[in-house]
Amino acid sequence: MKERNKTASFAIWAGGQAARMVLLLLLVSMVSFVLLSVSPLDPLQTNVGQAALGSMSPEQIERLRTYWGVDVPPVRRYTLWLIDLLKGDMGVSLLYRRPVTEVIAGKLSNSLGLLLTAWFFSGLAGFFLGILAGKRRGGLADRLITGYSLIAASTPAFWAAMMLLMVFSVYLKWFPIGLSVPIGASVGEVTLFDRIHHAVLPAVALSLTGISSIALHTREKMIEIMESDYVLFSRARGEGEMEIVLRHGLRNILLPAMTLQFSSASEIIGGSVLVEQVFSYPGLGQAAVTAGLGGDAPLLLGITMITALIVFAGNLTANVLYGWIDPRIREGALRR
Amino acid sequence: MDTSGKVILEVRKLSVAFEQYGRGLKRKVIHAVEDLSLTVSEREIVAVVGSSGSGKSLLAHAIMGILPYNAAMNGELLFEGRMLDGELLRQVRGKELVLVPQSVSYLDPLMKAGRQVTKGRKDEESRKRCRDILSRYGLDKEAEGKYPFQLSGGMTRRILISTAVIEQPRLVIADEPTPGLHPEAARRVMEHFKEIAKGGAGVLLITHDLELALLTADRVVVLYGGRAIEEAQAAAFSDESQLKHPYTKALCRSMPQNWDPSGDRLCVSGEILAYMRKEYGR
Repeated sequence: MKERNKTASFAIWAGGQAARMVLLLLLVSMVSFVLLSVSPLDPLQTNVGQAALGSMSPEQIERLRTYWGVDVPPVRRYTLWLIDLLKGDMGVSLLYRRPVTEVIAGKLSNSLGLLLTAWFFSGLAGFFLGILAGKRRGGLADRLITGYSLIAASTPAFWAAMMLLMVFSVYLKWFPIGLSVPIGASVGEVTLFDRIHHAVLPAVALSLTGISSIALHTREKMIEIMESDYVLFSRARGEGEMEIVLRHGLRNILLPAMTLQFSSASEIIGGSVLVEQVFSYPGLGQAAVTAGLGGDAPLLLGITMITALIVFAGNLTANVLYGWIDPRIREGALRR
Repeated sequence: MDTSGKVILEVRKLSVAFEQYGRGLKRKVIHAVEDLSLTVSEREIVAVVGSSGSGKSLLAHAIMGILPYNAAMNGELLFEGRMLDGELLRQVRGKELVLVPQSVSYLDPLMKAGRQVTKGRKDEESRKRCRDILSRYGLDKEAEGKYPFQLSGGMTRRILISTAVIEQPRLVIADEPTPGLHPEAARRVMEHFKEIAKGGAGVLLITHDLELALLTADRVVVLYGGRAIEEAQAAAFSDESQLKHPYTKALCRSMPQNWDPSGDRLCVSGEILAYMRKEYGR
């Protein structure tokens, strides 16, 4: 009986989350579509060019207008897209002339490594810097780390990317200037080292600014812990400072840090749009810019939905982890 | 009770002062504890009684060496005849010299109670000892695996006492061990401290509850505004004439069993009256 109740309440919870997800995706796609359809850019002029258009026959222009769907009212276009989506068809990218799913899969696999590395390293580094700073508030380490975090937090990711590019690619020539593989190399020639070599700077640019929020939050929490009654009591019980940090500090800080990190997926993805642009890195972020400027509605909608899905998954993971790991929530829920 | 045992703790002219920034850059020194002296011998329970703000908890924190960074301490502390300096403190703190703190907030909220009693140790011997001690206090194996938020007030209290007893201490400092407990549970907790004293350790009981202190302690030190205004045998409180200070006399009279319904007898001196007015608004 109890087991059945648990299953039932889980089903209700999962259903609620799924409904939220569907609603979110619907709204995100609508907003992106509205923004794209009110964009002053004419897809024909942008993608074909004024000069080329001038030399075309009216029939050719008419065919292009049909291809870009210029004459179909926006509401009808959106509805057609939505009906196709429900059938499992995300459409064909107007710019790449390939199915949207295929384009996104390719771009995402380029970006994913970048995003994951930046996400992982900024989280890890921010976590340890935050602990270091919070452990001795007002100490040298604290002042350096807080100072860095505040500067990094107020630095736009694209500016950091340009600075890295100037210093490490242009002056020092340690890293390539852009792209994800060497110019002119065929697919067979590209090694894993090449790929990593090209991804280092973009990943660093993304991490540098991502560190600050997690570092500052962890520091704040660490200060709170170090001033807590239970740390005072640990001192009175003769536990060393290192023991206190490892036994009580980490334990109490890990949860909020993890939650924050999972819900920060949106920041990394947002940053990647700009950073990929600076490094001409052919990832999802750059594809989003191209699709947006080129009026490629199916591709843009596809990309916004995928990124929304990733961000949603991040937030959901944060929620689930919290309930699963924190005994105050887990055991509290079991008792009910 | 035997009070002629060896002196375990001696506090000589202890002062604790805080430096605070008042309005603007004006610095203000607050003397929280002043010129306080007391001793605790083995097998003895000494109660320090005072209202809130009288410096009781600071006394405990000063002895344990966990005063906040902006506090300055003066005077001498002797533990078993040796100067209780940083070196000795590192040796005895958490072993021979233990603190029983006030409330559940002194337990790590994400650590199971049993692990906190053993100070994180997981070896078989520590765990067995922990189980023995917990069962002595009527706590079962289930309590061991509970998180602090799942413990009742009385269970928390017994867990906190267990953290002290597992170390085989010479001196136990109990900082307000009974708030939030109903009288019956509070008396049971006091019995635990009596057992500890019977076992040979000294107990310094810090409380605002004079009635409970008299029930348990051999000697009572009355604290007011950071100063020890009177030190007396617990028995003296049954006969007011054995007490010297008017404040103590007033305190004594304020206990239910000594209460005079007319209430006139409280107004012995203007000082006490003024104090009572300030404190209780009448």
